Amino acid sequence: MTHSAALVERLRRDIGSERVRTDTVETTLYAHDASPMSGSTSVVCFPESTDQVRAVVLACRDHSRPFVVRGAGTGLAGGATPLDGAVVISVIRMNRVLSVDPINRRAWVEPGVLNLDLSRHVARADREFGLHFAPDPSSQQSCTIGGNVGNNSGGPHCLAEGVTTSHVLGLEVVLTDGSVVEVGGDEPETVGLDLRGALVGSEGMFGVVTKVCVRLTQNPPHVETLLFDYVDVADGAATVSAVIAAGMVPAALEMMDRLCIRAVEEYVHAGLPTDAGAVLLIEVTGSRHQVAHDTERIIEIARAHRCRTVRRAESEEERALLWKGRKTAFGAVARIKPNYYLHDTVVPRRRLPEVLDKIYRIVEEHDLLVLNVFHAGDGNLHPLIVFDRREPGVMERVLAAGQLIVEASVAAGGVLSGEHGIGLEKRDYMPLMFDEDDLEAQMALRRAFDPLGLANPDKVLPSPSGCGDGASIGEGMWV
Amino acid sequence: MAAVPTHLRDLVDEVHDAVSCGESVAINGRSTRTILDHEHSGRVADRVVSAPSGVFEFQPDEMTVRCGAGTTLGELDAVLAAHSQYVNLPGTGTVGGALARGWTSVDRLGRGPVRDVPLESLLVDHRGRLIRLGGPTVKNVTGFDLLRVTVGALGTLGFFGELTLRTRPRAIDSRWFTLDDVDVRRLTEIHTGLYRPSSVLWDGRRVWIHLEGHPADIDDTVARLGLDTTDEPSTPPHRWSMSPAAALQFELSPGDMVEVGVGLVHRREPAPPRPTPVLDVHRRLDEEFDPDRRLNPQIRRFGDGA
Repeated sequence: MTHSAALVERLRRDIGSERVRTDTVETTLYAHDASPMSGSTSVVCFPESTDQVRAVVLACRDHSRPFVVRGAGTGLAGGATPLDGAVVISVIRMNRVLSVDPINRRAWVEPGVLNLDLSRHVARADREFGLHFAPDPSSQQSCTIGGNVGNNSGGPHCLAEGVTTSHVLGLEVVLTDGSVVEVGGDEPETVGLDLRGALVGSEGMFGVVTKVCVRLTQNPPHVETLLFDYVDVADGAATVSAVIAAGMVPAALEMMDRLCIRAVEEYVHAGLPTDAGAVLLIEVTGSRHQVAHDTERIIEIARAHRCRTVRRAESEEERALLWKGRKTAFGAVARIKPNYYLHDTVVPRRRLPEVLDKIYRIVEEHDLLVLNVFHAGDGNLHPLIVFDRREPGVMERVLAAGQLIVEASVAAGGVLSGEHGIGLEKRDYMPLMFDEDDLEAQMALRRAFDPLGLANPDKVLPSPSGCGDGASIGEGMWV
Repeated sequence: MAAVPTHLRDLVDEVHDAVSCGESVAINGRSTRTILDHEHSGRVADRVVSAPSGVFEFQPDEMTVRCGAGTTLGELDAVLAAHSQYVNLPGTGTVGGALARGWTSVDRLGRGPVRDVPLESLLVDHRGRLIRLGGPTVKNVTGFDLLRVTVGALGTLGFFGELTLRTRPRAIDSRWFTLDDVDVRRLTEIHTGLYRPSSVLWDGRRVWIHLEGHPADIDDTVARLGLDTTDEPSTPPHRWSMSPAAALQFELSPGDMVEVGVGLVHRREPAPPRPTPVLDVHRRLDEEFDPDRRLNPQIRRFGDGA
């Protein structure tokens, strides 16, 4: 019996053959996530309990086989891409909301619960408390809470509420030695170091999360959704800085540039001004007088920065339409070119105009097209380079432009990723931000959790191997 | 190691010199933070160092401030107040002390925990090297979040030298209120009926509520609940951590105060020591980040257990 066959036999024995897939057609589907990266695996497991996850991890340990945990596979940085024949552990069947404490605003859930399903569950079961899970990646209809924990995911409404780490109170985790541990939890000051904080955003490299205690957020009693349009994208960006400098942190502060506005308008018909250079979508939430006060001040600031028109959503339907335009922007771009390469960097807000200008120049110099739709409030850029991979030599130009965009962002005082993570995509860019000693400290943190190095190896921290390829845009692709 | 900024040179050199000589070294701020009895190791450091102070860069439109870990919270607050901003760090000592201790103020319910405050740190490690953790922007998921692990580590993983912190806008209005004769049922009604109060404290009979925001919104809430204006209450010094549901069932002694919705009970008596969970990981962290226990040797390591 080969080594692999022995591993598969053990997995089938320990968690049941119906939860172990080895058919090439099926396993190929798990060779990549939503990123352009691709790997390979010959075994995919679908555990349904912590005990079954533990059994898979122990089998991998005993066979010295790495494993990769996977939620819905919506990651955009290759974090769930299996390398070197790693066993894929899909937690998609661990999808129960285990308990909700609506009074103290928290819930225990399994990692395969979909992000939006959690908010829907809470809204249905505990309607009178008016709660939701705040992190709202644009993929929230299909991404999992476990994936959000792995990537420390963000979303448009994380400007005021914070990203996933601010909404995770505790975790149950299976470590690579098979121990099942709880870090953080339902109390505010647990004994010891903040291991919970280390695990959130660790991209599956510290163990397998099997339960998550999330913080739930009160729904705001009042909401104003505003759309401003500008001739010049720099005026929109300057408005963002001025709003923050005036002491206001709106719930969301999103920007789209000209090409993106046109693509979105053709796609969702939200009444966006197609002659504008940029639009800002701003949501102000909170108590009645605070919302009214901030809304008026924000409109004044926008007008002082040459905003042409102010549109206030007059109904829930109009608000939903404006957000549909924002959240489906990446489905809309499929009408321009069939392929894309998406980046995710953060720059200081005040450097947005200059970095956007640099991005336009880089892309023009590489004879490509770029759309920008991004979380302007926290300086989180999402340059989306669109192209047709059938054009000879285009991938080289796309990758070269992408690298220059990342370098320009870091040179402007920014960082490599705001919400997609490092995964495989940006692993080899890490030295742009960190020197050897810094990276060794991060490696030491990983060794403390996973001395065997079996959990999703070769991600996040640089190593010699490289990768990168183009992906096709599907309807409703997200960022 | 990255180039050492001038203002960190003394700290880096001193730690490097100490550990090169086989000495242990402690860092001291203003000595305002509580170290619990069971957190003492009984050892004494060969040397004592301090972190630099001073606000190096404040960007109101970024809502970030970069300062030395030895900067006092009063000094920092004076700079931020000019632009109606603040950092969510409690107490009167230094920035580094607040983060090393990691305890949050009674406003955690509305303002969040201290661990969410730092964005980037230059940390002096056990070999006297400068390590960069995190990044300077308000949003960042680049690499593992080692910075968060150092918050509350009492300097056992390294010494904070310089920090970039997230600032917040000050509310237009901020007032404390109180209400008497509040039982658990009424307390739950109040807690679930308030929109994002900064704090709700309860001693088993009386409730104290901290409201921040627009004055007219605060006035609306006061009228609806019939609240009386009061001063911020003082809380007993010791912190008993439990689930917020358990805190409401906890047998309170006179003077005890519950942080409602959070799960802390402030008491006069210290909480009994509890065993460190996930001991293996804590031990490995001790080994990785300070194998010879040269940093803050007066502090008992979490990996040593209870």
